[in-house]
Amino acid sequence: MAEMEVKMIISDETITYVAALAKLSLTEEQKERAKADLGSILGYIDTMNELDTDGIEPMSHAFPVKNVFREDVVTNGENREELLANAPVKKDGCFVVPKTVE
Amino acid sequence: MELTKLTALELAAKIRAKEVSVSEAVEAQLEQIEKKDSLYHCYTSILADEARARAKEVQKQINDGTLTSPLAGVPVAIKDNICTKGIPTTCSSKMLEHFRPPYDATVVECMNAAGTITVGKLNMDEFAMGSTTETSYFGVTKNPRDITRVPGGSSGGAAAAAAAEEAFLTLGSDTGGSIRQPASFCGVTGIKPTYGTVSRYGLIAYASSLDQIGPIARSAADCAAALDVISGSDKRDSTCVDREHYGYLNALTGDIRGMKIGMPAGYFAEGLDEEVRKSIYQAADVLRSLGASVEEFDLKGVKYAIPAYYVIASAEASSNLSRYDGVKYGYRIEKFEGLQEVYKNTRSEGFGNEVKRRMMIGAFVLSSGYYDAYYNKALKVKALIKQSFDEAFEKYDCVLGPTAPTTAMKLGESLSDPLKMYLGDIYTVSVNLAGLPGISVPCGTDKSGLPIGMQLIGRPFGEKEILRAADAYEHAE
Repeated sequence: MAEMEVKMIISDETITYVAALAKLSLTEEQKERAKADLGSILGYIDTMNELDTDGIEPMSHAFPVKNVFREDVVTNGENREELLANAPVKKDGCFVVPKTVE
Repeated sequence: MELTKLTALELAAKIRAKEVSVSEAVEAQLEQIEKKDSLYHCYTSILADEARARAKEVQKQINDGTLTSPLAGVPVAIKDNICTKGIPTTCSSKMLEHFRPPYDATVVECMNAAGTITVGKLNMDEFAMGSTTETSYFGVTKNPRDITRVPGGSSGGAAAAAAAEEAFLTLGSDTGGSIRQPASFCGVTGIKPTYGTVSRYGLIAYASSLDQIGPIARSAADCAAALDVISGSDKRDSTCVDREHYGYLNALTGDIRGMKIGMPAGYFAEGLDEEVRKSIYQAADVLRSLGASVEEFDLKGVKYAIPAYYVIASAEASSNLSRYDGVKYGYRIEKFEGLQEVYKNTRSEGFGNEVKRRMMIGAFVLSSGYYDAYYNKALKVKALIKQSFDEAFEKYDCVLGPTAPTTAMKLGESLSDPLKMYLGDIYTVSVNLAGLPGISVPCGTDKSGLPIGMQLIGRPFGEKEILRAADAYEHAE
């Protein structure tokens, strides 16, 4: 499969930007690895361009889907304790987060 | 009699006939797990006490006639990305190591209502991203047919458990081949239903437009019985399609005379292992001998399914996995300064390499300036692939090909080269893109004794045809 060889060049800026979008912090070593991996994967992905898709509508769903409506009524019960049981940090029935506004 | 060798339906029949009690079945299953799982590591958690208690309850309901499902009393196991109330559901990730869902997935409710007994949760690639189960935070699962090999993935634990008789029946999930490829590698049967057949409520999302839950077992009939239990509309998953007639088990008549089967010539080109190719051709001959017609045809655009799949799946993954922020549930780092660090450091420590890689690919293909060239282009390729299959199904009832280009790889061979791993999904991903049902059925072994799987792909909601063909094939051997 010759197309495996085609690589895309990923710059430092791009990898920093993409990591920020994904909310990840990468070490220098991880950045280098990510540049190489994404370069070869995106290079391969570019083979899609060989296929002529002019005039084709992008397809989100394989089958026709329609909006499903229901009455806007609450069906779940009071289960605050159950939901909070998984919270990493909680206090007085609330999730605890660091200060978000200065 | 070795109980664990029975199929799920055989066991349930013996339970109904009072030849075996539900507790005996559960004990036999737990004993087998105890004996084998330290070697294969199919399970992330084993629910011995819960299973024993539930066995008594189920036995009572069978005795008083309130439980009559064909699977009542059967011990089963569930992939660890399917929510089980109060029971750890980890996605084989550090991120969800201690997560105990406050609710059951719809499929779990359905299985419980049918009287199955969940004996444990099954190992998988982290967040279902991988083709070998090696990306699991909790360590690899080994292929029971050869412990130096991977079981496939991402439902590697599910396929290995069925193969090792550590479960009669398992539920896995399939986004790009994650039921079919491990079934192929472990020599068991697994079906990915048509998108919309089974509710995804309670399935931890990877790529929502492609994810489906399906059974893996040691026979097509067991898969059909399980599918009868878990199919159906669900108000909690609006993509679920309401259909009046399921009856998959009843569709297994053994008669496939006149069935028209097409084999995409492109599936047998470069990159396919010679022994796999031979096995599939032999399977085609068996199907012919049963009265089906099998011929080659040209399925266009298949080659572009992998790039389109990795764009779409990664894009959806990057969106779906943004919920893991260290606030409401899951892992949170202990030391941080400010909210951004909670997010970034939690995610950097909580996710493994493959998950990070796909989130970054996803973020890239969705980013401003690249969206059209990658994401929109992939959606157009998807449309063309769907169109190719639509044309094929004007002529054929099913499409036959290999499930995977090779038999199971050696452990440790795939992780260093992600692209090489992705290319192994060539025959499975197009089925998810087109939303179609696909089943992998064992069809022989290679010269090292490793299982080979054939894949039968059906029309939208054509599960009955592919299950009938799979079942007829099994009985012809």
